[in-house]
Amino acid sequence: MTRPKRAFTRYTTLNRVNHWINAGLFILLVLSGLSFFHPILFFLSGLFGGGQWARAAHPWFGVGLVISWIGMFIQFWRTNLFNRDDIAWSKAIVQVATNDDEHVPPIGRNNSGQKAVFWAMTLLIPTLFVTGLLIWEVYFGQATSIPVQRVAVLIHSLAALGAILVWVAHVYAAIWIRDSVRSMTQGYVTPGWAWHHHRKWFYQLASGQRAKTDPRKNP
Amino acid sequence: MSDLQSQDYVRRSATTMTPPMARSHEDQVAKLIDVSRCIGCKACQSACMEWNDLRPEIGHFEGSYENPMDLGPSVWTLMKFNEYENEQGNLEWLIRKDGCMHCEDPGCLKACPAPGAIVQYANGIVDFISDKCIGCGYCVKGCPFDIPRISKTDHKAYKCTLCSDRVTVGLEPACVKACPTGAIMFGSKTDMTHWAGERIEDLKSRGFENAGLYDPPEVQGTHVMYVLHHADRPSLYSGLPDEPRISPVVQAWKGILKPLAVIGIAAAALAGFFHWVTVGPNEVQDEDEAEADRAMREVEEEEKSP
Ligand code: HEM
Ligand code: SF4
Ligand code: SF4
Repeated sequence: MTRPKRAFTRYTTLNRVNHWINAGLFILLVLSGLSFFHPILFFLSGLFGGGQWARAAHPWFGVGLVISWIGMFIQFWRTNLFNRDDIAWSKAIVQVATNDDEHVPPIGRNNSGQKAVFWAMTLLIPTLFVTGLLIWEVYFGQATSIPVQRVAVLIHSLAALGAILVWVAHVYAAIWIRDSVRSMTQGYVTPGWAWHHHRKWFYQLASGQRAKTDPRKNP
Repeated sequence: MSDLQSQDYVRRSATTMTPPMARSHEDQVAKLIDVSRCIGCKACQSACMEWNDLRPEIGHFEGSYENPMDLGPSVWTLMKFNEYENEQGNLEWLIRKDGCMHCEDPGCLKACPAPGAIVQYANGIVDFISDKCIGCGYCVKGCPFDIPRISKTDHKAYKCTLCSDRVTVGLEPACVKACPTGAIMFGSKTDMTHWAGERIEDLKSRGFENAGLYDPPEVQGTHVMYVLHHADRPSLYSGLPDEPRISPVVQAWKGILKPLAVIGIAAAALAGFFHWVTVGPNEVQDEDEAEADRAMREVEEEEKSP
């Protein structure tokens, strides 16, 4: 890794390993789950060795995802708490979307969009897990009544749709905001990146006052 | 039945194209179960096991005539017994042969995600093509009659086939052949409806004024029908649904949501792509780096000179 000397660490090794385990499991879940979702996507089950395999594997990927998400939650919940800066930032969402960054108010380590992705997944993954268990035929087919399972499968597919849309937005944002992928693969960003996209976080790092991380207190 | 070319499909699960149906000009069939003539001997249950080579596990006596206690992957038809005390205080022993109703609008087929795992032939029979079944249990959720059962051994769904293998070669289902009282009849749906009419008239003349045919319109009729002495209260017969409809939850899940969701996901991905080619990537410029360096120097100086 050729890391410039002046670079800022954005994600630790543990952050990154956890994130990519999470991403891998999520993609496996999306591909296998969508194969049951619509007939035109049934071919995706071929990636897993056929329909029976996709059906058998999907819930286990899900169990893995929940464990992985607990790790993500512990590591990231604090930086994703909403604060007053998010109101100003969210109001400038049109400027954000059009790359008019001059007119976007400064924000801390995470912006409101990133926080929204975090909290949406924090809501959706446990929802998918609980409803997924209820419709897991092999182990829980007899555990609940059929009417309960009908509701569970409806909620599961709605939550999956929600999670996929959030995920598309998340992936696109990573492509759109150049060099943010590198922060999650190699762990660092340049000071210019922090200055441009997360100015309040930049000042926290620049002044080395990590202890006083309340973004409201920083310029 | 998947080994035989049937080419008479009218419905095929998880299929967006027309299934092979060139030979679909046969009559609609029906099995008519006349509950009033059944003596509960279970000859049909045995015949079903024999013809279909099914060997359910031997269980325990549970204090009921029902044996085993529930349908299962190897129990495709089951005699259900209910002791009902009528308004006059007399005991009525209501016996019903339970099993797949072969709905004209089958909820199992609507729910199934595996292409071709459930099919309906032009004669109305709903058949599970086990080879294509993935064992997800969605058919269980789709069925308004609580019929399909998933095997723990091979993870496939099973239920009565209406002896589709016998019917295609012009034989009647095994249960029909075995019934000693003629309580189970098989033929074209028109003939069976007609025959049921005669039976119902007879029952009415003998004091069962609510006698009638069970051919529920909520699922567009069934290819297994009952003559009931209490057709006004089907649930007396060990929980036969009064109004069996595909649950609105299943309709919502399998209906409009699916195409909308697929379009929605595709639209989101396309929106991203076109944002990329119109607004374009948000890149950090050299000026940003210079500004950042300047700001860092400033902070450093400030900290040095309090
Ligand atoms: C978190 C734990 C999860 C568990 C335990 C779980 C379990 C299940 C189960 C049991 C099924 C039925 C098919 C089968 O038996 O394999 C299913 C279907 C499905 N899952 Fe999951 N799942 C989980 C997470 C997810 C995630 C994260 C997604 C994608 C975002 C997802 C998307 C789907 C979809 C689209 C279906 C098909 C629903 C339909 O047919 O309408 N699942 N899931
Ligand atoms: S009774 Fe159930 S299993 Fe049989 S055809 Fe109707 S929906 Fe399918
Ligand atoms: S268990 Fe088999 S038949 Fe039932 S819905 Fe799933 S794939 Fe279709």
